[in-house]
Amino acid sequence: MKRTLLLSSILFGACAFVFAQIQGDINKRPEKPTIAVPDFRGAGDAQKFMGVFNTTLFNDLQTSGQLTMVPKTQYPLQVPQQPQDFRPGGPSFADWSNPPASANYLAFGYTAVQNNQIVLYGWLFDVRQSNVGSAQLIGKIYLGSLDEAGSRKVAQEFAADILKQFGATSLLGTRIYFVSDRTGHKEIWSMNYDGTDQKQFTSYRSITTFPAVSPDGTKIAFTTYPVLPSSRNAAASQFGKQTENLGQPQIYVHSLESGRKLVYYNQQASMNAASDFLPDSRHLLIYSTANGGFSQIYETDLDGGDLKRITHSGSLEVEPKVNPKTGMDLVFVSGRGGTPQIYRMSIDGTDVSRLTTGEGDAVNPSWNPDGQHIAFAWTRGFEPGNFNIFIMDVASRDVVQLTHGAGRNENPSWAPDGIHLVFSSTRGGKTQIYTSLANGGPVQQLTTQGNNEKPVWSKSTQ
Amino acid sequence: MRDSSRLYASKLGAVMLVALVMFAAGCNKKVAVATPPPTPPPATTAPPPPAAPVINSFTAEPSTIEPGQSSTLRWSVSNATDMTIDRGVGAVQSQGQRQVFPRTSTSYTLTVRGPGGMDSRSVNVEVSSPPPPPPPPPSTPRLSSTDLLSQQGQDAFFDYDMSEIRSDARDALTSDATLLKKIFQQDPNFSVVVEGHCDERGSAEYNLALGDRRATAAKDFLVQLGVPADHLKTISYGKERPQCTEANEACWQRNRRAHLSPGQ
Repeated sequence: MKRTLLLSSILFGACAFVFAQIQGDINKRPEKPTIAVPDFRGAGDAQKFMGVFNTTLFNDLQTSGQLTMVPKTQYPLQVPQQPQDFRPGGPSFADWSNPPASANYLAFGYTAVQNNQIVLYGWLFDVRQSNVGSAQLIGKIYLGSLDEAGSRKVAQEFAADILKQFGATSLLGTRIYFVSDRTGHKEIWSMNYDGTDQKQFTSYRSITTFPAVSPDGTKIAFTTYPVLPSSRNAAASQFGKQTENLGQPQIYVHSLESGRKLVYYNQQASMNAASDFLPDSRHLLIYSTANGGFSQIYETDLDGGDLKRITHSGSLEVEPKVNPKTGMDLVFVSGRGGTPQIYRMSIDGTDVSRLTTGEGDAVNPSWNPDGQHIAFAWTRGFEPGNFNIFIMDVASRDVVQLTHGAGRNENPSWAPDGIHLVFSSTRGGKTQIYTSLANGGPVQQLTTQGNNEKPVWSKSTQ
Repeated sequence: MRDSSRLYASKLGAVMLVALVMFAAGCNKKVAVATPPPTPPPATTAPPPPAAPVINSFTAEPSTIEPGQSSTLRWSVSNATDMTIDRGVGAVQSQGQRQVFPRTSTSYTLTVRGPGGMDSRSVNVEVSSPPPPPPPPPSTPRLSSTDLLSQQGQDAFFDYDMSEIRSDARDALTSDATLLKKIFQQDPNFSVVVEGHCDERGSAEYNLALGDRRATAAKDFLVQLGVPADHLKTISYGKERPQCTEANEACWQRNRRAHLSPGQ
């Protein structure tokens, strides 16, 4: 009972912060807007692509977590396709605003083919208004190629405009960077927020992992085992065997604009691993054995210079992540208490406090853009290795558990909107990448080929 | 052998007889008259021309021997007064045999002379060259340092989330230290990588650091036992290179290890 109460109060708290962030001056409204999105139809050849269009539009709005979707079964029979359709004898606002639909808003329109392109005519109406003139919030034309990709694109753009109307941060254009072994080697890949357009970014044919993207979206840092020149052929032909000669793990920094490798001088150390960029996008947080002992947390310039040691312990210190709001405090994972747990400290290494209870293993912290919440992976209540995703209010240390034992769930990363999460899970057998709302709401699987892990949700559109 | 001793005995008899005659002749005392000399053979009135000496036979048996073995020369001669065999055998009777021990192939020549002339004949004793010695026993090929390491190197195993050297790991690393010292002695340019590995349960990030710790702990132990540190390098694979992937303790234990592999 106490647990339920705690949970609901936290969920309410989570909702409150979400709305505070996304709704600006209209955050006093107690409920989410309710929207009806009847299926759009296409004229002529455009109809072939309307299945993809309608699925994309509905999913983008639903998974935003910022709208209440009216179930399609409760829609009136007469569906408008353009504003002129609202006339005596035709569809009326009341059909949509009264029960059973009880919608506040209605998205409608149609597509057609013009000059071998798909054209979307999309409108958003506030159906509680008294007349067509005052009801229109959006009336816009969208163009795309005459294929599935084009119909998906116009649906995404329309959905983004609708979300913007409600003060939401659209995820349209954001990319998720991740690690995939689908080529036979772990490489960095990227994809759209919905799993489309998956592209290989690195080709090091080694073990390349732990991506971190700069807040300005121009650079990516990751960790790779350089293939020593003498063994490149052996490495290529004998993947999986331990015959390839790999160097010690090192940090690489690449430009996301050109794709090229930038200069980064690694410390003379048995291991160097990239973890996070500072908010200025000009400094890196890393963990390294540059001290010759246990892995410790350091800050460096973008080229590896100006090394500053942050932790001074005789235990393993990894995964530093800087508060994106303040840039002044870090969360990180430390073995100083025995098992790995999540700690917080100032960026100068002072004021260390443990955030997790000491139970199980707690790893993979990720800051919400609000600088108040973190998501992380924890085995609390489960056997070692069986991680679940948790969210913590850092100030109160209250936690909400999002996954409950369906496979290993690791490496949560917040979307720029602060209400979506991407994470990896073995719930389907192989390790794949999923997104969901921070309240655990609709889970979508984004990857299927090979194993995919270490997702990082970036504002970058590269 | 018996023949040759009889020959020796008859010679000795002749010498004693001569000595006895000389002794008797030199003594003026009248002594009992010795037996008169045997009647000389009746002289032929008209001696016929002397017959030419003939070698009836001269053989070596066996004619082919191996070094250290003997061959027997046999001969039979008629009408000869002087018979010699070369190669150190010397004067011989008209009929006889002699063992010879040639070390190399040798031709023996029997030369006979008599009033009627001379004759000679040769026999060969072939000494076959020794058979080739047996091939040397297949010498155990010296193992390369890489093979030595992969065949005799032992993994050091660790407890979950730990990098302390357990007692079984201590034994493994002590054996490794002996092996490495031997390898570096025979192969001073060889280098070894101490790999640190973890099981799949921890996070990849933490395991990278933990594997590093395990590799370093194993390296430090080897160095304490006298293995030169400059031949050893560490690398952490975290959980990126598991030996097995089953989700059970047996497999997890196999993966919580420090492993020695050849350097570049």
